Amino acid sequence: MTLRRKETLAAWLFLLPGFVGFTIFVFGAVVFSSVLSFFEWDMLTKPTFVGLRNFTKLFLADKTFHLVFRNTLWFVLGTVPTRVLLGLIFALILVRNVPGRTFFRAAIFLPVIIPTVAAAMVWRWIFNADFGLLNDFLYQIGVSNLPRWLSDPKWALVAIVILSVWKDVGFSTVMFMAGLQSIPTTVYEAAKLDGANAWKTFVHITLPLLSPTTFFVIVINVISSFQVFDQAYVLTGGGPGNATNTIVYYIYNNAFQWFRMGYAAAIAWVLFGIIFIATFVQFKYQRKWVYYE
Amino acid sequence: MRIKEKVLNWSLFCLMVIVAFIMLVPFFWMFSTSLKSLGEVFEYPPKWIPSQPRWENYARVWSVVPFGRYLLNSVIVSGSITLLHLLVASLSAFAFARLNFPGRDKLFLLYLATLMVPGQVTMIPNFILIKLLRLTDTYTGLILPNVFTAFGVFLLRQFFMTIPKDYEDAARIDGASRFYIYSRIILPLSVPALSTLAVFTFVFQWNNLLWPLVVVSKDSMKTITIGLASFQGMYGTTWNLLMAAAVMGILPSIVAFLIGQRFLIKGITLTGLKA
Repeated sequence: MTLRRKETLAAWLFLLPGFVGFTIFVFGAVVFSSVLSFFEWDMLTKPTFVGLRNFTKLFLADKTFHLVFRNTLWFVLGTVPTRVLLGLIFALILVRNVPGRTFFRAAIFLPVIIPTVAAAMVWRWIFNADFGLLNDFLYQIGVSNLPRWLSDPKWALVAIVILSVWKDVGFSTVMFMAGLQSIPTTVYEAAKLDGANAWKTFVHITLPLLSPTTFFVIVINVISSFQVFDQAYVLTGGGPGNATNTIVYYIYNNAFQWFRMGYAAAIAWVLFGIIFIATFVQFKYQRKWVYYE
Repeated sequence: MRIKEKVLNWSLFCLMVIVAFIMLVPFFWMFSTSLKSLGEVFEYPPKWIPSQPRWENYARVWSVVPFGRYLLNSVIVSGSITLLHLLVASLSAFAFARLNFPGRDKLFLLYLATLMVPGQVTMIPNFILIKLLRLTDTYTGLILPNVFTAFGVFLLRQFFMTIPKDYEDAARIDGASRFYIYSRIILPLSVPALSTLAVFTFVFQWNNLLWPLVVVSKDSMKTITIGLASFQGMYGTTWNLLMAAAVMGILPSIVAFLIGQRFLIKGITLTGLKA
């Protein structure tokens, strides 16, 4: 055996355990799921080929899907800018020599690591309209028309957004802190010598040099927000009505409550399409504002 | 100038105190409610500190649901996924980073491309497979489909690439095998990356709700996340017991956080490599 063939053989031996698993649970699953999306199958009777019907139904006829799509979109628009903006502000403060910064960073980051289920359980209690902490606080500061958070379709999605911002703002904060700390101090010293004030330094130096991090934080937040499920499952069960039903929740219900496997697979592919387009658009427009050295 | 900066820092400090208060109040409220009697829970105005802590709420949760079992299941499932993922990912990453073979870069790109596919796409076929193999309600069914993600392969490959070739050249001249180089040279030098990946994977799997929800129906196989969710389904507004359960559900995460904070934060920052 030649040396090259020996190395190839060795490489494949290293790859084998992972490759077998990937072929079954990832590559195979992707192929199977795309085939499945052209079928109707309840896992009991034989699957029937329906062509593009799952997709046409999804786009043209299924009012519930249109609603869950809108809900998910509102969720993304509500959480992503808030998380990014607050994360940036917290990071800007915490990279300074503020007393107790290690403690503050831990406090902001702590919710990130706990299970969303547990977080949603407490917030369900905090949002309780009659005995909840939040309405009590609002009452104390003089709000007379107290929202019935989780049973009012107008407020339920807002409640989920609040919980999600609280839960994951620490992720953006930590990312921004790392980004800020990687900006060389010499750049700031040069700006100071040129007589730039704090605001000018922030706009013309910090923001451009931070933009790769900002870009990344936004992309990751958008991708994960489109996949929102846990919060809605525990906090509202998708209700009231379908007011907080989301795309992933709808996939879950179709596949595992109603056993419409083909239809659920079709929705999953549409979700992939939505995420792909959202990410693609961001990559396309990054040239306009992201600054790479 | 120095004074101005000090004033600024202290006013930012005051702002952060408010922020930290908002971030921590749910934790405090969870704990405080968990120690109240049901009468006290619905008292107005809300009491911050229960008049008499009722630790028996915790005992009641343990007696009505197999909470210890849920925790044990979560430890077994998240622990196994973490170990297997580390093993499989490091072997693959070694091949991608340190060996030459035809089609290497194309295959790696294929692995990378799977990072874009949301888990919901593969979840349905994987459920069907697990069901056909009669592996629902088993540890294998909970563990196996979660072992294979490209994330760890990518992270470790990037790290392995930074280790200078000289280290292994010396060993190779001495006639060391590739597996020896992998296990005795590359892995020991990669402890920071491996521990970051381990903490990251463990926490992520510990918090996983959707997959256990899909493959588990037996109470004895429930993990902590679906255990909590079903407990909430049974005790909808018995807030003191719900909060006691939630406290127990987050306690392991908080302990892990205090121990592994450094790795976790580094791990989250390391995902920045993906950009």
